[in-house]
Amino acid sequence: MRASDLDLCRDPSPQSGEEEPLALYVHWPFCVSKCPYCDFNSHVRAEIDETAWRDALLADLAHEAELTPGRPLGSIFFGGGTPSLMAPATVAAVLGAAERHWGFASDIEITLEANPSSVEAAKFGALAKAGINRVSLGLQALDDAALRFLGRAHDVAESLAALDIAQAAFARVSLDLIYARPDQTETSWRAELDRALRFGTEHLSLYQLTIEPGTHFAALAGKGRLPTLDIDTAANLFELTRAVTAAAGIPAYEISNHARPGAESRHNLAYWRYRDYLGVGPGAHGRRGGLATVRRKKPENWLAAVARNGHGLESETPLDPATRAMEALLMGLRLGEGVDLAALSGRLGLPIDEMVDARAIDELTGHGLIVRERDRLTVREPGMLVLDGILGEIVR
Amino acid sequence: MSTPLDRIRNFSIIAHIDHGKSTLADRLIQTTGGLTEREMSAQVLDNMDIEKERGITIKAQTVRLNYTAKDGLEYQLSLMDTPGHVDFAYEVSRSLAACEGALLVVDAAQGVEAQTLANVYQSIEHDHEIVPVINKIDLPAAEVDKVKAEIEDIIGIPADDAILTSAKSGIGIAEVLEAIVTRIPPPKGDRDAPLKAMLVDSWYDPYLGVVILVRVVEGVLKKGQQIKFMQHGTLHLVDRVACMRPKLEQLTELAAGEIGIITAQIKEVSQTAVGDTITDAKKPTAEALPGFKEVQPVVFCGLFPVDAADFEKLRDSLYKLRLNDASFSFEAESSAALGFGFRCGFLGLLHLEIIQERLTREYDLDLITTAPSVVYKIQLAHDKGEIELHNPADMPDVMQIASIEEPWIEAVIYVPDEYLGSLLKLCQDRRGIQKNLTYVGGRAQITYELPLNEVVFDFYDRLKSISRGYASFDYHQIGYREGDLVKMSIMVNAEPVDALSMIVHRGTAEARGRGMCERLKDLIPRHLFKIPVQAAIGGKVIARETIAAMRKDVTAKCYGGDATRKKKLLEKQKEGKKRMREYGSVQIPQEAFIAALRMGDEG
Repeated sequence: MRASDLDLCRDPSPQSGEEEPLALYVHWPFCVSKCPYCDFNSHVRAEIDETAWRDALLADLAHEAELTPGRPLGSIFFGGGTPSLMAPATVAAVLGAAERHWGFASDIEITLEANPSSVEAAKFGALAKAGINRVSLGLQALDDAALRFLGRAHDVAESLAALDIAQAAFARVSLDLIYARPDQTETSWRAELDRALRFGTEHLSLYQLTIEPGTHFAALAGKGRLPTLDIDTAANLFELTRAVTAAAGIPAYEISNHARPGAESRHNLAYWRYRDYLGVGPGAHGRRGGLATVRRKKPENWLAAVARNGHGLESETPLDPATRAMEALLMGLRLGEGVDLAALSGRLGLPIDEMVDARAIDELTGHGLIVRERDRLTVREPGMLVLDGILGEIVR
Repeated sequence: MSTPLDRIRNFSIIAHIDHGKSTLADRLIQTTGGLTEREMSAQVLDNMDIEKERGITIKAQTVRLNYTAKDGLEYQLSLMDTPGHVDFAYEVSRSLAACEGALLVVDAAQGVEAQTLANVYQSIEHDHEIVPVINKIDLPAAEVDKVKAEIEDIIGIPADDAILTSAKSGIGIAEVLEAIVTRIPPPKGDRDAPLKAMLVDSWYDPYLGVVILVRVVEGVLKKGQQIKFMQHGTLHLVDRVACMRPKLEQLTELAAGEIGIITAQIKEVSQTAVGDTITDAKKPTAEALPGFKEVQPVVFCGLFPVDAADFEKLRDSLYKLRLNDASFSFEAESSAALGFGFRCGFLGLLHLEIIQERLTREYDLDLITTAPSVVYKIQLAHDKGEIELHNPADMPDVMQIASIEEPWIEAVIYVPDEYLGSLLKLCQDRRGIQKNLTYVGGRAQITYELPLNEVVFDFYDRLKSISRGYASFDYHQIGYREGDLVKMSIMVNAEPVDALSMIVHRGTAEARGRGMCERLKDLIPRHLFKIPVQAAIGGKVIARETIAAMRKDVTAKCYGGDATRKKKLLEKQKEGKKRMREYGSVQIPQEAFIAALRMGDEG
């Protein structure tokens, strides 16, 4: 497969940042239980004062809106935690406020991450009514033993029932699977992936299991009590995944994300294309006009900060052009479409030579790992598996 | 006033490491009142930390003792502590030349060791009266009769009247002192003749400048005298004449037969050559003392700072060390792999280790030491003469070489019978030529001729590991011989890595090359592409390994909040690359060089 085959959604690269639609991320930090692999900002709390949380989110939102007037929202993403635990009314309140503050682009994408449990599935209709038009369903595995290993509360039957409901309720459905699990073989993963493809969703997020520091899995691994898949098999599974999904017409457009042409996650593309994005809620990150924004991470601290300051910001750090270039490249090269170096250079006011190492690019081009066509730098298929290594070589 | 000649005794102590030389010396000093019990720090004579730790003497020290013998007369005894290692063979020979006799100290449990032999034979060559002392007789494992037999069998001197001591417990010390007076002859020398003194050793003292240890052979050496170093032809004014007791005691003069120290406002030890003859500038002696030799380094290696910023510090440290040790040399060297450093020459492997250790310990330097190499003599083709090769990187093109000669040594090894087979194999593998094999008790004494370059390459460590530490080893150089020697280059991704090239015998090249390639394969991290690692002679590859390309290195999840974290990882990755040396497109961590070059853990 050639890189250009994946080149499905050209970055429009608008030159004027002012007109560009904004992406908004809303973080809901609560989960029913913490999964052993998850290092996200998620917390288990016995009781949540949802009214207080709604008001605080609205205040945090208003703060961001004041700083970004005149730019419509192109996408909203409710992430977590488990945002499907939010009351649909809270979701509706946030969306209503967002529309009043910024206005929505006509084709706005509004995604919510959901657990495929029966409890949550029961809310899908109400969530759709509240304005959610895309759902990202955390199936994680199509095998009950694997779901138990991953610490998931649902079994396969329950999650498939939830998937049915989601497909009926929402215009767009994506599902998540975690693979390269211990003991997984090419055969078993191939079967699982084929089954997932038959569900007919327009989008798949397929993540290799990663042991993140600070997680329960990391603690087990540290004690030598977590079996891990050998790196060669993991690499084979990655290649298999890319080939099978491409053949099924739902190719990778990012390292772990696959979509039918035109069905890419518009919100996530904003990250990877290094567009401005706003982040509200505990621990949410944003990039706003060259500033990196970070919000208080611990739910209670964030809540207190909003009560005190009217927003949950912990820091607002200006990023110099070199740092922004580094971020843009490490995000952008994850995409099949790659990065338009000239456009980025223009946007950041930094010469291309100061963003990338031309000698390293030539070297890795020679090894068939990357390709530079005119101003566009793209990681080729064999390079995707070693992208972090490539970034280390070429990013200045 | 000078002591009459017949009341002077000059002697040295010959002993293997740990056989109790320093303890005995300390006892002699204590018994004759040189120092009180309270003043005795453990082992006064070995005053450098490294000397104390390794139980060896690097610089000659001397102590003057006053001893009233049983005949009621007071004698002046000069105890010359000689360097205890073959690397300092020439210094040893000068120290011995300054004496008329020696105490041969042998451990009652260990018996005669190889290292003892070289010095005792030298002592015999100097016509010394040798007094055997069997020490540590109070150890449970002491076998006095067996050791006496060994002294007679191996060394060939009578041991009937050997003195039995335990220096630690103070047993037999009085007998030793009495034997020094009765058995060692007094020195000879005409005190009215023009001054003739031997420069035995010299060292740098921060308060006194260069201190010179002398043995006056003829005439008298006085404070205020204008003296001449006959080899260097330089003139100096004596500003201090003294002896060590072991505290410094000022004297007015040193007369023929006496040993003492002088200072003459000399700033660097390199101005003083061991073995040189000192005479009166105005009334010179007709003939210099025989036996002078310019000391030449025989083992070379590169020393590089791990942190390039330490280059100046390394240079300053080397200058400071050289102040006190003129026998090692250094010159600036640059390597693509290791940056800027120095090519240093040493008297031998131990000398190399001592310098390296002092740099690390006393000067707090983090160093990379390249594989040690010997000095080759290259006969150039077309009668273009001879060059000395100190660094494999400077090897001329094969077409320009008529022949290469390498230094050989004669090694004497003592080894318990049970390890003999493996030891013979080791010597054979290292191109050794067996000269002799004899059995003494449960031990074998083997004599081999070996190329020095095979010895500098981990021989000593292999010897110790084969014999579980029981073999003892000593060697001396026996000259240069032509050898089928080639330069082996190591190439990483087709780029030669200068720091890893070495000169090897053609017969062992393949094994060495394979070993190095295998080692590098494990030491060089995987890259984004596969990397061939090759050993080659000329253009011909003799060994090859391939470092596979990195298989998987990608972050699975990366969204808005991850940009910051991922950026930090990337910055860390960049920071790590600063400790890498670039070879074309391959980055080799400095640790890999250090590990690849480390001596002694091969096979």
